[in-house]
Amino acid sequence: MRQPVIQFKDFTFQYYSQAEPTLHNINLTIHSGEKILIVGPSGSGKSTLGHCLNGLIPFSYKGEIQGSLLIHDSETKTQTLFDLSKQIGTVLQDSDGQFVGLTVGEDIAFALENDNVPLPAMKDRVKKIAQLVSMDELLGSNPFELSGGQKQRVSLAGVLVDDVDILLFDEPLANLDPATGKTAIELIDDIHDEGKTVVIIEHRLEDVLHRNIDRIIVMNEGRILMDDTPNNVLSSNILLEQGIREPLYITACKYAGIKITPDMNPEHISTFNIDAVANQLQSWFKTHNRTLPTPKEKSLLEINHLSFSYDGSRKILEDINLIINEGEMISIVGKNGAGKSTLSKLIVGFEKEDKGSILLEGQDLVNYTIKERAEHVGIVLQNPNQMISKNLIYDEIALGLRIRNINEEEIEKRVLDVMKICGLLPFKSWPISALSYGQKKRVTIACILVLNPKILILDEPTAGQDYHHYSEIMEFLESLNKNGQTIILITHDMHLMLEYTPRAIVLANGKKLADTKAYEVLCDPVLIQEANLKETSLFELAQKAHISDPLKFVECFIIQERRERNHES
Amino acid sequence: MKVKMFSYNQLDTYIHHLSGLTKFVCFLLLTTTVMLSFDIRVILFVLILSFALFKVAKIKFSQVKLMLIYVFIFLITNFILTFVFAPLQGVEIYGTEHVLFTIAGPYVVTLEQLFYQITKLLKYLSIVPLGIMFFLTTNPSEFASSLNKIKVNYKACTALSLTLRYFPDVQRDYHSISLAQQARGTELSNKEKLSKRFKNIISILTPLIFTTLDRIELITNAMELRGYGKSKTRTWYAYRPLNKNDYIAMGVCLAIFIASLLITTFVNHSIYFNPFI
Repeated sequence: MRQPVIQFKDFTFQYYSQAEPTLHNINLTIHSGEKILIVGPSGSGKSTLGHCLNGLIPFSYKGEIQGSLLIHDSETKTQTLFDLSKQIGTVLQDSDGQFVGLTVGEDIAFALENDNVPLPAMKDRVKKIAQLVSMDELLGSNPFELSGGQKQRVSLAGVLVDDVDILLFDEPLANLDPATGKTAIELIDDIHDEGKTVVIIEHRLEDVLHRNIDRIIVMNEGRILMDDTPNNVLSSNILLEQGIREPLYITACKYAGIKITPDMNPEHISTFNIDAVANQLQSWFKTHNRTLPTPKEKSLLEINHLSFSYDGSRKILEDINLIINEGEMISIVGKNGAGKSTLSKLIVGFEKEDKGSILLEGQDLVNYTIKERAEHVGIVLQNPNQMISKNLIYDEIALGLRIRNINEEEIEKRVLDVMKICGLLPFKSWPISALSYGQKKRVTIACILVLNPKILILDEPTAGQDYHHYSEIMEFLESLNKNGQTIILITHDMHLMLEYTPRAIVLANGKKLADTKAYEVLCDPVLIQEANLKETSLFELAQKAHISDPLKFVECFIIQERRERNHES
Repeated sequence: MKVKMFSYNQLDTYIHHLSGLTKFVCFLLLTTTVMLSFDIRVILFVLILSFALFKVAKIKFSQVKLMLIYVFIFLITNFILTFVFAPLQGVEIYGTEHVLFTIAGPYVVTLEQLFYQITKLLKYLSIVPLGIMFFLTTNPSEFASSLNKIKVNYKACTALSLTLRYFPDVQRDYHSISLAQQARGTELSNKEKLSKRFKNIISILTPLIFTTLDRIELITNAMELRGYGKSKTRTWYAYRPLNKNDYIAMGVCLAIFIASLLITTFVNHSIYFNPFI
């Protein structure tokens, strides 16, 4: 038996600011060298558990602790945050926000600086650790100029520099594009192989399972509901019950009526043994062979030969041509920095194009100001806090109308209409600060919708959201779309693209690579490679089940998923 | 982030390679020189020097355009107001009166007044590039480390360097928030009345404060988790000892400072240089 390094015993924690404990009676032992994944919906207590491990609880966030938490056999309560930081290294979710240093080297050195390590020894150590994560060539760079994956390597190095033996990753995939996420998981696995104990908190289960995990801990409402091997967890129904998304290949098998058992090795698509049940998948495919309806095409927005650069030399967008049709819900995907956000900024007039034109219903938008464009094309920023400036929901939504000097009666009518559509009516007189993140997001969508734009653009509408909130936001958008609202989604969430948007535009390095059906994008290896995307496991599943037309299989899966969502059979 | 305005950029120039402490000391010496002297020759010398250094530091006009516009507005207002409130200040100082022409009543344009006001204008003009240069060429971390070296509390040093370090971020937030508000119809340009515009700017500040507070919580956690504040001292990765160039730069500035004091005491016998006697 290996040495236990983390031991929760009847551990209960309650924030002083909360009426109820956030963690109830946690019993959990993690052994040296294990790799553990903690999953659970938002509010399940998984982040709180992480905070208990790294010492932010009770040293920064105060509250009452009952029971015990031993790390390396000593009680955490009696130690300090600094003692703990020598044993557990934490890689936080938002790597942008946690850079302290101005250069990569300085950021990695931060912990050493605080330990009064003399300069020559510090430089040596930094260099060594940077080599470990292959960042040694970039020690002098500014962390903000790095790609998402490189940023994460820097954060990891900053923690490894302390020679900790337990590593805690708090939602490491939240801000990464699919391919970078995959590399991140591989990197974590390599570090684990160096003999570290690894704890990952993440709700993107399928992506984490890209590499081996020893145990999955399923949490909800502050309790541990299951603590077992991935094979056993995936064979149970607990994930669905707790609102955690299963890997797509598991969902597909369940549609086909297949019972998943641990001996099928469901933890990776590559090890998943479906030989015995392949015929069930095939017959499901035969009976569910449907085709997605092709939408009517009436051009609404037309982009011609659009080029843009910030500095005059490096092109962010180059000769982009595309047409958005009326009533469409479409994704724009591509790796971090591919120009997706810039494209949306050009459409709404936040930036001016260098070349090319943007036509809305045949009308060139070039001479429209930001304010005028907003009445035709509305944009919802990723972070709702960046958009909210009033105390009350009603005032926030009415803001745009009041500025336009519309009379109060009309305003009231329009605001109430929009609140109804957005499901905000029950909160009519609430202060915005009392809302959850997802509700705030709705408020910001409502603020834009109230101006009646023909096109609604959303930048990463579901970033950092768990499956429940993700579905809530997306179903809401889908219902808007059904009422005729044209919607453009900028995202790197492949599930979102696959499930909700029939068509996708793929950008890479400022150029348009593809403009095609969403599921075709994820079945095209060349495209996936070039745009930093990730193939869908459904495609591999279909191949494994010897289905003649895997592409068609993916399409059928999506149709089925929509039906399930709308409770049709 | 069209061009990185107001933020430190690592470039390979003589000025960038100087230690932050050196630049700070030089900045103080040269500004004091200009403050303590009303001798147009000294001021012109510092002015030419500071614009030359501006060139050496490869600072692009586009980076400082906005700041310079504000400075010019300030200077012009100052110029006019000085004349309005004290049209005979120059006469009083220099003791002679060469009238050029009369505008109305007490408002007489004299050679002395013109000379006095131009000297004053140049004074401001020579300090501004120095300040901008210090800001744009100093690595905040390295500056913090050298301040800590001269016994300034390290928490104060980190606070200072983090402020400089996060300035571009907050600026970026401000930019996107203001665009989002404009898209909803908030008018920030001069088409709007001043009182209304002020109110509109507040509607940007609220979200800005909230996003900044989020940022602060995150960075505080990140720093504490990596042991910040554990002991009474800390070392600095960005620290670099002063070298020959630093001592030369400080020496030159000190020489200018002393020379100007000598000119004041022994040549002009007052802080004013008087060409009218």
